[in-house]
Amino acid sequence: MSTDTSRRAFIAASAGAAGFVALAPGVKLMDLAQANADPDVASGKVRWGMLIDTTKCATGCSDCVTACAKENAIEPGSGRPSQSSQWIRKIELKEKTGGHRELSLPMLCQHCANPPCVDVCPTGASFKRADGIVLVDRHICIGCRYCMMACPYQARSFVHEPLHNQNPEVPRGQGCVESCTLCVHRVDKGQTPACVESCTHQAMLFGDLNNPDGEIARRINTVTSSQVRADLRLDPGVRYQGI
Amino acid sequence: MAANIVYRELTNKRAIGLLLAVAGLFIAGGFAAHLTMEHHGHVITGMDNRIVWGLPHVFAVFLIVAASGALNVASTASVFGKTIYKPLAPLSGLLALALLAGGLTVLMLDLGRSDRIIVAATKYNFKSIFAWNVFLYTGFFAIVGAYLWLMMERRMNAYAKPLGAAAFIWRLVLTTGTGSIFGFLIAREAYQSALLAPMFIALSLSYGTAIYLLTLAAACAIDDRPLGDAIVRRLKNLLATFVAASLYFVAIFHLTNIYFTRNHGVEYFILVDGGIFTGLFWLGQVIIGSVLPLILLLAPKVTRSRILLSCIAIVIGGICQMYVTIIGGQAWPLDLFPGFTARSSFFDGVIHSYAPGLWEILLSLGGVALAAAIVMVALKLLRFLPERMDDATLDPSQSGKHTT
Amino acid sequence: MLRRAVTFLAFITLAMLAALATPAAFAESGRVPKPVIDIANPGQCIASPEVMRRTHMDLLKHQRDKTLREGERHAKISLNGCIDCHASKNNGSVLGTKENFCQSCHTYAAVKLDCFECHQPKAAKIAGVKP
Repeated sequence: MSTDTSRRAFIAASAGAAGFVALAPGVKLMDLAQANADPDVASGKVRWGMLIDTTKCATGCSDCVTACAKENAIEPGSGRPSQSSQWIRKIELKEKTGGHRELSLPMLCQHCANPPCVDVCPTGASFKRADGIVLVDRHICIGCRYCMMACPYQARSFVHEPLHNQNPEVPRGQGCVESCTLCVHRVDKGQTPACVESCTHQAMLFGDLNNPDGEIARRINTVTSSQVRADLRLDPGVRYQGI
Repeated sequence: MAANIVYRELTNKRAIGLLLAVAGLFIAGGFAAHLTMEHHGHVITGMDNRIVWGLPHVFAVFLIVAASGALNVASTASVFGKTIYKPLAPLSGLLALALLAGGLTVLMLDLGRSDRIIVAATKYNFKSIFAWNVFLYTGFFAIVGAYLWLMMERRMNAYAKPLGAAAFIWRLVLTTGTGSIFGFLIAREAYQSALLAPMFIALSLSYGTAIYLLTLAAACAIDDRPLGDAIVRRLKNLLATFVAASLYFVAIFHLTNIYFTRNHGVEYFILVDGGIFTGLFWLGQVIIGSVLPLILLLAPKVTRSRILLSCIAIVIGGICQMYVTIIGGQAWPLDLFPGFTARSSFFDGVIHSYAPGLWEILLSLGGVALAAAIVMVALKLLRFLPERMDDATLDPSQSGKHTT
Repeated sequence: MLRRAVTFLAFITLAMLAALATPAAFAESGRVPKPVIDIANPGQCIASPEVMRRTHMDLLKHQRDKTLREGERHAKISLNGCIDCHASKNNGSVLGTKENFCQSCHTYAAVKLDCFECHQPKAAKIAGVKP
């Protein structure tokens, strides 16, 4: 009958309209979210990395180490030297065979794409940001040091005593594990890490590995470079030239 | 068939009071060590950025591994149907819980941020075997606690068997998880092996049964309860099997590692020129911990004192094994640049040494004392132990036969 | 049975009322000093004091993940922003004496402060940070 059909039609139409009203804003927002890459938020489109030219790196120079310590307010501790934090260090290498070639290079957190430290952290405090920087969330780090056991580069340090002179932009504290943050507080402001900026021999280059026009990607495409312990397939973001 | 088994609390107040007082001292020392470490930081310990897990972890992992093995006697009764062990099962469950509690306490109090245990209990990264272990350990407490209740509450005895089977499987998973803490570490040459999980299971059976025997003998001695040779002989044979199995896994682990040229460095370090680690491996783990017990247990004329001596030797060997595994594995430097020798301000390329400080020693012993105290208090308050465990009560068919 | 239950409940209620009454009595008598706050830059906070007193811990706890894990840097809520305004004129910090902002209220409320195990309690200008 006409009344029933029109009632059904009315209900169907209302349901359709209600559904549209409910879903449409969501669709519109999703559309907006993809279109609007918030510059204030770390993006997966970028992958920060470094290229270190060991042929330019000078034996005996530790400018990068000094700059890192200054920027991140890392002071020697009151205990043994092995209990002090070291986010970047110079390693002096000597080849065992052949001509016993010598070289030196800075070793820091490699900011791997498949970080073992992130895999083993029980609380998820060790994590990788969307732009590839591997960080420790000291709000939930319980100080178990498992990530220190897992890191193949011995890049992590444990804070052995209370700290008081932190840089306000680099929170760090007793009982938590820490490592090179790639100066994330500087990178987010558009600057480069302190070690790169301080290198007087121009041995360190920092940039977006995903940007084909950027200097770092162009150089990696032209010169021979390698990753340390590449056989572990961790895909570090730090590459070395001349090893 | 075991006749009327009567369970009774321990009654020797003097002895228990004395032992508890001693344990209490060590527990207080452990707690004081924790408070001091939390206040001053780990700078007051012997641990550093190279040896990140020290003596507390050695003892904690030993206690945790022994805990799962201590449940074995109960499993043999419930799961494998050896009814002669049934009266001994409640003590087995209790010991498992106490050892796990002691080990976990040391582990949790050694954290850099022990005040964040709630965080560890609520935030999980399920790719981490540590996160799984949190579930496995707490689940173990729940399952074994329920299992104990089913065993000790007459009306519920019928349900003990299925839960016993669940507890058995759970503890296998738990020990696999503990072994995998090391087995999953690709970075370190001393670990990175799937064999570590089954090795830890064999070690757990060995350590747990040894500690069980020692506890059983001690409890019976305190209260003057007869302990028959039938049951001790059976436990002795089990123990010998477990020690042999452990030795087998250790041998295969090292033999395989030696086969790979790239592991020659770390194997030579552990087996030949690692100083204290080599000493602890050969003298502690192999000779005292495995060969001596096998000789004592399998020789023709086995006496009660020899069995107990071998149990003590197994425990000593177990601590040595954990020291070699945990600290030796960290002492060997990582090889970032194969083919090069390395030197740095962060101790690349050098073998790291470790000297436990007073605070770590106190914390470790505190955990052992806590486990002991839990067992003593429980035995004093509740009826875990039969009044008589002589041959006539446990296994009438065997009484009158010669021992061994 | 019922009488026992009622007696028990009455006892518990009285005990709770007594417990609740006690701190109020003590506070009025001045046993626990009320917070005295010395701020370098008084003015408008990001929300009213009533709202901030109740919610600042939740705001910080939520924002910390957005900043750390997502890299959101210019949010309204920022711990360093709080410290820059709330640090004391005397020692340039939010900790140190009972007149300092965070410390005085947290001592009064007996709530442990975890933030400054890692975060710098001194305002950026005093701590010597380059802009």
